[in-house]
Amino acid sequence: MAIDAATVKKVANLARIREPDDRLEPLAQELSGIMAWIEQLNEVDTDGVEPMTSAVAAKLPMREDVVTDGGSVEKILANAPKADKGFFVVPKVVE
Amino acid sequence: MSKLTGLTLKGAIDGLRAKSFSSVELAKAYVEAIEQARPLNAFVVETPDQALAMAAASDARIASGEAGPLEGVPLGIKDLFCTEGVRTTACSNILGDFKPTYESTVTSHLWRDGAVMLGKLNMDEFAMGSSNESSAFGPVTNPWRSKASNRALTPGGSSGGSASAVAADLCLAATGTDTGGSIRQPAAFTGTVGVKPTYGRCSRWGIVAFASSLDQAGPIAKSVDDAAILLRSMCGHDLKDSTSLDVAVPDFPSFVGQSVKGLRIGVPKEYRVEGMPAEIEQLWTDGIAWLKEAGCEIVEVSLPHTKYALPAYYIIAPAEASSNLARYDGMRYGLRVDGEALDDVYKDTRAKGFGQEVKRRVLIGTYVLSAGYYDAYYLKAQKVRRRIADDFTQAFETVDALLTPTAPSAAFGLGENVADPVAMYLNDIFTVTVNLAGLPGISVPAGLDAQGLPLGLQLIGRPLDEGTIFSLAGALEKAANFTGKPERWW
Repeated sequence: MAIDAATVKKVANLARIREPDDRLEPLAQELSGIMAWIEQLNEVDTDGVEPMTSAVAAKLPMREDVVTDGGSVEKILANAPKADKGFFVVPKVVE
Repeated sequence: MSKLTGLTLKGAIDGLRAKSFSSVELAKAYVEAIEQARPLNAFVVETPDQALAMAAASDARIASGEAGPLEGVPLGIKDLFCTEGVRTTACSNILGDFKPTYESTVTSHLWRDGAVMLGKLNMDEFAMGSSNESSAFGPVTNPWRSKASNRALTPGGSSGGSASAVAADLCLAATGTDTGGSIRQPAAFTGTVGVKPTYGRCSRWGIVAFASSLDQAGPIAKSVDDAAILLRSMCGHDLKDSTSLDVAVPDFPSFVGQSVKGLRIGVPKEYRVEGMPAEIEQLWTDGIAWLKEAGCEIVEVSLPHTKYALPAYYIIAPAEASSNLARYDGMRYGLRVDGEALDDVYKDTRAKGFGQEVKRRVLIGTYVLSAGYYDAYYLKAQKVRRRIADDFTQAFETVDALLTPTAPSAAFGLGENVADPVAMYLNDIFTVTVNLAGLPGISVPAGLDAQGLPLGLQLIGRPLDEGTIFSLAGALEKAANFTGKPERWW
């Protein structure tokens, strides 16, 4: 299915990536090209096929629900663009 | 000193044990080789001080008889592995100057066993690429050049820095990661050995995530033996990765050199793709003959869904990537571009921090997961993935391993495939099926093309049966007698 500039704009917004208006059309063409190539999957009969979500026989290992780690505030904040008094500093969200 | 850098990993381990040279001498030789090889752009971080300190500690352990299996051997680490206190960016601007406060499980295994770190190796941004050209630090150049011209060739990708560094003798061996062929294709392009183990053999903890159901770590090395030695140290169960397999790690090196007599080797007919260079076809024929001579029985098999592997991969991998890369929000680590509203910060940070190929894949992933398209694309791709895995299961009912070419061409020129994403994606046509099915695969250098460039053959094994493909790879290595080295021009 062809992807148009409006769809690219919508998807870029969902992905939280700023794409300037003059990039929307070229991106639409690129992505349409890739999606057209992907369309060949429709040739495969997948009726009754169980989707494969993992390459390993998936039974998630369980562990005790207890605290195993903590007290690492400094390590956690070590790479923060902005931090203050043991907290991340983020832009104001609520007025 | 050049003699020391020409050693194999096994040769270096033996020499260190015999005290023919010290680990510090070895590390110094490599530090010097790396400095001289900067035109290759293989390393994005050099850690000479750390290397010499680790080497001195190794020498002390060797002297006191406490040497580990990798004691004193200098290695290169792909920049996707988090290394404590050493900048780790997955070669993306969005991680800025990120210095992990923890160590990835795989690299911690290497240091536990005595290895020495030389630095971090260049790669495609977030491991998304087949030519190392999407790196925020610029492309890596292949140490190999064609006879016809001096133009710069790609070492392949995404583990391009790892492959280039091993081929140019800048480290004894290196770590890589493989999501669709990112260890095996660069190994084939550089005349090195690359292994992607069974999914779950290596812990993914502390490896920057790309597509979690496909990502696996593995070695790039100068010989099959070396690859087996390094992989043995990298593997092992880890409670911090829920997909890590709780199985014993076999003694991989003991399989190299074992007889392959009586093994049944499948040759998948669907891998004879249109437009494949005659030289690769010939190499494959040679490989079949070599294994026959070694006593294997060759069987033609069919993997009917092969051609659908790449399109399925380009739904599954971007979908997982778009989800994994959502964490780069400019709040907790890496780059932040300030703005008026929170959404502006997110959008401008991600626009500035991600490169073109990463954005392209995040957009595809977001699109195929968005409301209304999930079933048509994502679910469909997962069903096709099952079909592909079933093809292998069926083939392995009659054969013990499969033999294929590793890549559809030799190394190509930098810039040659950048304009056409689908052409670039086709590089992984012979390797990507293995990731989708979670199987082990190994690429062995098997010959040179008419331009004097290396070509690789791939062996694919049953789940957890790395042992058999190590034995077969050893037989191929012996028969091919590949001794080529790039001529030094840097």
